[in-house]
Amino acid sequence: MAILVDENTKLLVQGITGSFGARHASLSLAYGTKLVAGVTPGKGGHNFADFVPIFDTVGQAVEATGATASAIFVPPPFAADAILEALDAGVELIVAITEGIPVMDMMRVKEAMKGSKSRLIGPNCPGIVTPGHGEKSHGGCRIGIAPGYIHKRGNVGVVSRSGTLTYEAVWQLTQLGYGQSTCVGIGGDPINGTSHLDVLQMFNEDPETEAIIMIGEIGGTAEVEAARWAKENCKKPIAGFIAGATAPPGRRMGHAGAIVGGEEDTAQAKKKILAECGIAVAETPSDMATTLLERWGK
Amino acid sequence: MNIHEYQAKELFDRFQVPSPKGKVASTPEEASAAAEEFAGAKLVIKAQVHAGGRGKGHFKNGFQGGVHLIESPAQAAEYAGKMLNETLVTVQTGEEGKLVRKVMVAEAVDITHEYYLAILMDRATCRPVIVASTEGGMSIEDVAHDTPEKIIRQFVHPLLGLQGYEIRKLSAALGLSGDIAKQFGKLLANLYKLFISLDCSMLEINPLVTTPDGRVLALDAKFGFDDNALFRHPEIVAMRDTSEEDPREVAASEFDLNYIGLDGNIACLVNGAGLAMATMDIIKHYGGEPANFLDVGGGASKEQVTAAFKIILGDPNVKGILINIFGGIMDCNVIAEGVIAAAKETGLPIPLVVRLEGNNVEAGKATLGESGLNIVSADTMADGAQKIVAAVQ
Repeated sequence: MAILVDENTKLLVQGITGSFGARHASLSLAYGTKLVAGVTPGKGGHNFADFVPIFDTVGQAVEATGATASAIFVPPPFAADAILEALDAGVELIVAITEGIPVMDMMRVKEAMKGSKSRLIGPNCPGIVTPGHGEKSHGGCRIGIAPGYIHKRGNVGVVSRSGTLTYEAVWQLTQLGYGQSTCVGIGGDPINGTSHLDVLQMFNEDPETEAIIMIGEIGGTAEVEAARWAKENCKKPIAGFIAGATAPPGRRMGHAGAIVGGEEDTAQAKKKILAECGIAVAETPSDMATTLLERWGK
Repeated sequence: MNIHEYQAKELFDRFQVPSPKGKVASTPEEASAAAEEFAGAKLVIKAQVHAGGRGKGHFKNGFQGGVHLIESPAQAAEYAGKMLNETLVTVQTGEEGKLVRKVMVAEAVDITHEYYLAILMDRATCRPVIVASTEGGMSIEDVAHDTPEKIIRQFVHPLLGLQGYEIRKLSAALGLSGDIAKQFGKLLANLYKLFISLDCSMLEINPLVTTPDGRVLALDAKFGFDDNALFRHPEIVAMRDTSEEDPREVAASEFDLNYIGLDGNIACLVNGAGLAMATMDIIKHYGGEPANFLDVGGGASKEQVTAAFKIILGDPNVKGILINIFGGIMDCNVIAEGVIAAAKETGLPIPLVVRLEGNNVEAGKATLGESGLNIVSADTMADGAQKIVAAVQ
């Protein structure tokens, strides 16, 4: 099971000929992901890594290969257009890795996606990994930039705004012998396609997921909304961590969305609400996995 | 990125958002000429620095106040002479103060009523929201806290944009009528245009005033721009005044490093924004004080790591360094080589704890171990934080 993607998901990469896109497309192939197409306008007819066909448009790629998911590595000025193109082509799952997309662009994209059947993950995110069953989780579906080898197939769902903190949590779990069902990086921008709450709901319904780690940070109220929902609806054990307890107010901490605007979106306030909602809050980022295992009774 | 008052005025003029008459001056002669041009109006001269509290500040040459009423062109020149190229200290500048390179000569308007007007990007609804209040001239947070009913909000559709009826609704809610309502409507429509066209994240006018001679004017404004969109606004980038910023942050931005200076004594160098924040948090958790936020990014080069290291060591408060790298894709050995190159160039006068994890970690650790430098290795974030906190105590 897992959520969003599995080992059979057919992936295309928009921006596959750029250095960033090409590097990570290669790593996905090496991980065993079914990368079936690439898209770069003007490069149609060529192949990527000798056997992955490149198309000029997403529509052509979908028609020829049946791809249902797209990873977007297109530079910021053109990324919104790339997301809209994937939407137009009916791609079910659009994962925007690109960092630095103007907020106004994302505002329009978000509105345009309303009512569609497509789901957007990101932007400014590490992507999604559903680990495979092979050695070092080989054979899974890796969309984006996460290191594949740190994963292990198992029963913990991980959702986070931050890439490296996701890797930290995944690695802690894997080293303790606990694998992951799916790891979702929802991205660090103020406007994103999929929220913590959306992913919690999916984990709650996924039979393979038995426990959840939710990682958040300062800024916005997404973690709080997810926690309030979980209190009433989620029966699976959840551990949480919120980064940015020491961040000065009003400063953008790397992620465009990581900024303390008021009393409600500080790390302290969020941790308090998470705890009130029955989520086991890790004291430090070093304790994310152990905090979960304790709550999980392992 | 912040802009000066005179630059805000330029943007308002460009988008026909009415504000008091004003002109920027870099010399006493220019200040005098500006005062001449506005002869007949009551005038004020203001030092142009980003910090607030200018009126109550003082110059290091002994001159009191960065904002003064002026009565004649001669006085404009005299005051400009005392402010220009002098250092102004306000509650917000710290003791070192800020060098004043420009002054603005502007009309000092009489005020009938002060309003509050702002446009923000609302995260929860993913659309712009206009916030207005009849209680202008004071902290909007206080108004929201004490009299929440006096805060009016109007959300704007992301694709339709601001509609006429929305403007009329706001105008009526503020109790405006007749010609004032008409002027307000035009001002708001133009302000919204400015907000969207320049990719603002925030635009706050406090106060927006009506005057006895029947005008509606934006008296004081605060702009926030979306850093992600600056690539399509070179004219805004040109307004950046790096002399107003933390020099450490300016140096970092030249190397595409995400750096924010803080007051503590333990510097950190981390890859990834979330991990960088979490590293600061864990230093604090174990009793230390972080000196900075520093995200070198997912694909940092040796040169970037070297630059980052130099910036950290340039901070005299720093008594120890914690490097925390989860090299998922990034090669740990590249980080190790960057650290050694930097340490050899700058010397390593303070304790350095390195926590490396991930891709090619063994080679990275070996490189550090063989370097002959006094580097303490840590296995986990908690281990690293505890070691560096102990080392600086």
